[in-house]
Amino acid sequence: MSEFLQHLVNGISLGTIYALIALGYTMVYGVLKLINFAHGDVYMVGAFGGFYLAHLLGVNDSPSLPKTLVVFVGSMLICGTLGFLIERLAYRPLRYRPRLTALITAIGISFLLEFGFQLPRWSFMPFDFPPGPTPRFFPELFPRTIWFNIGEVSISNYDALALGVAILFMVGLEFIIYRTKFGVAMRAVSFDPNIAGLMGIPVDRIISGTFILGSVLASVAALLVSISRPRIDPIMGLMPGLKAFVAAVFGGIGNVPGAMVGGLILGLSEEFVAGYMLSSFRDAIAFAILILVLLFRPEGLFGRITTEKV
Amino acid sequence: MTHTLLVLSLMIANRSSAVAADRILIGEVGSLTGAEATFGDSTRKGIDLAITDINAKGGVKGKKLEVKVYDDQGKPEEAATAMTRLIAQDKVTLVLGEVASSRSLAMAPIAERNKIPMITPSSTNPRVTKDGKKVRDFVFRVCFIDPFQGTVMAKFTRKNLKLSKVAILRDVGNDYSMGLADYFTAKFKELGGTIVADESYKAGDQDFKAQLTSLKGKKPEAVFIPGYYTDVALIARQARELNMKQPLLGGDGWESAKLYEIGGSALDNSYFSNHYSTDDPNPKIQNFVKRYKNTYGEVPDSMSALAYDAAMIAAEAMTKAKDLSGEAIRQILASTKGFKGVTGIINIDQDHNAVKPAVVLRIQDKKPHYVTTISP
Repeated sequence: MSEFLQHLVNGISLGTIYALIALGYTMVYGVLKLINFAHGDVYMVGAFGGFYLAHLLGVNDSPSLPKTLVVFVGSMLICGTLGFLIERLAYRPLRYRPRLTALITAIGISFLLEFGFQLPRWSFMPFDFPPGPTPRFFPELFPRTIWFNIGEVSISNYDALALGVAILFMVGLEFIIYRTKFGVAMRAVSFDPNIAGLMGIPVDRIISGTFILGSVLASVAALLVSISRPRIDPIMGLMPGLKAFVAAVFGGIGNVPGAMVGGLILGLSEEFVAGYMLSSFRDAIAFAILILVLLFRPEGLFGRITTEKV
Repeated sequence: MTHTLLVLSLMIANRSSAVAADRILIGEVGSLTGAEATFGDSTRKGIDLAITDINAKGGVKGKKLEVKVYDDQGKPEEAATAMTRLIAQDKVTLVLGEVASSRSLAMAPIAERNKIPMITPSSTNPRVTKDGKKVRDFVFRVCFIDPFQGTVMAKFTRKNLKLSKVAILRDVGNDYSMGLADYFTAKFKELGGTIVADESYKAGDQDFKAQLTSLKGKKPEAVFIPGYYTDVALIARQARELNMKQPLLGGDGWESAKLYEIGGSALDNSYFSNHYSTDDPNPKIQNFVKRYKNTYGEVPDSMSALAYDAAMIAAEAMTKAKDLSGEAIRQILASTKGFKGVTGIINIDQDHNAVKPAVVLRIQDKKPHYVTTISP
């Protein structure tokens, strides 16, 4: 029983991470019909942003809550800016080109970030950037303590923080999408960008905002991961990015609650497969789920079937 | 045809010797960056120290030794490219490297095909020097091999620690890890122990809690994790977070200062097999440790020590060989007996492996401590 509970805790903590990343994919798809393959790498930049900030603040010598907050907010700003720039410089010029062009550009941006970060340090940089391919140790922002035990399963402040912050951001996102003017505009653009434009909605600004929002969520996910699994490297975004994409498709791409549920289900199923069946099939399962969903429910769990009107 | 080839090869030989009249160029391939960067870095430093020593004593055949080094970023395909480049472009006499078996395995066939001797300081997988049943003529190593290393840890766990239930967590994409896990399993069972679980992970994974939770349920007395240090450090942390207090066991892939930086105190009370211990009072070792510390300001790990020995054996073979052709050097290397290295007395056996004892180290307070030596 306690083993099952432990798997459940692990699976949920993994799933919330996938969910946070999946939200970025799904929102961008919602407004642009573009799969932003660079999203996993924005996640990686989030981790490195936090890493550099933590070193700048000297977190190693004296971990504290205010410093943790600065690291989080700073990394979110860095990722938000990056998301904005990627959209502005790489995707916007191609918006009215065939969709494949933007998709390939997304893959290009992804490679640029992954391999750019693997370059040796530039001599004019005041700090160790680019970091190179060697994994770095993410400093401890605050000490890990056990909060309470259920049988043999212990819940630490790390687990609680990860879940709490993830839920906070998801609820916040729901609020933004359904209760604010920006959210209304976003949904309108997602429905039809041309008509939304005719109605006086600043489409460009809404799309920029969507990218910023998605990138901020990715940086939060990256920091939550790095705190408990403190090894970061330039290709760390590859697998989580792919899996979060699977989660987004699974939940119905373009659908916000779908991405959350998709992420959780993927995290849990991966955990239980690795725990009770063959651990080497862990990643295979994630992609098997994708194939099965696409076979039987191409629109995903929560997706709507859109009929093409001729 | 043979005649033309001979003339051609003579011409090539002439050309390369004309280029390098006053120096001998040897190649090195290492993971200077990447997930196993400390392996490449330590090896680099060990070789450099050896080359300084050799050149201070007049070099080889009156010529200075020079090393051309390429970084493979810890990728087998990059290692193969670097190897080809060293041979075809830089025309090196001999190549030193790699540390990781999967990378050495990518380089070995290239050495063989071009008849350039290659000495790996620390690749322990048997297939590096032996391709199926056939020994690779030009590939050598100065360390022991996985069957021995796996056996050592199995013996140690069963006889010294007196444990009978062990779980294994192996890296499925790694020749070294797979080999070590298999040899450990075989020997441990032979000695009357049981393997209660055998789970796997992939290098670079961030999350190992699923596997660890299921291992924990099987109540092993120790967990054998024959992986490389970055993964092992994360695994150890997560095991302790899951309240697993068992000792963790491993091989020489744990040898890195980074293990303690990432893993912290999670690795306390764990054991791993290694090539030598800096605690050893042997003057040869202490002298090496002292000089290494003076040069680089840090304690040499076993990758540095093996690299030093590899470069020294290479220099000796080149000195003794009648000329600097691959074939001549290869013959001397194959007959190496009783070479007094830092990591012990090195005898090259018929499979081109070094036969020597292994040490078992215990980690306490983020430092390895010598426990025992186990002979072949």
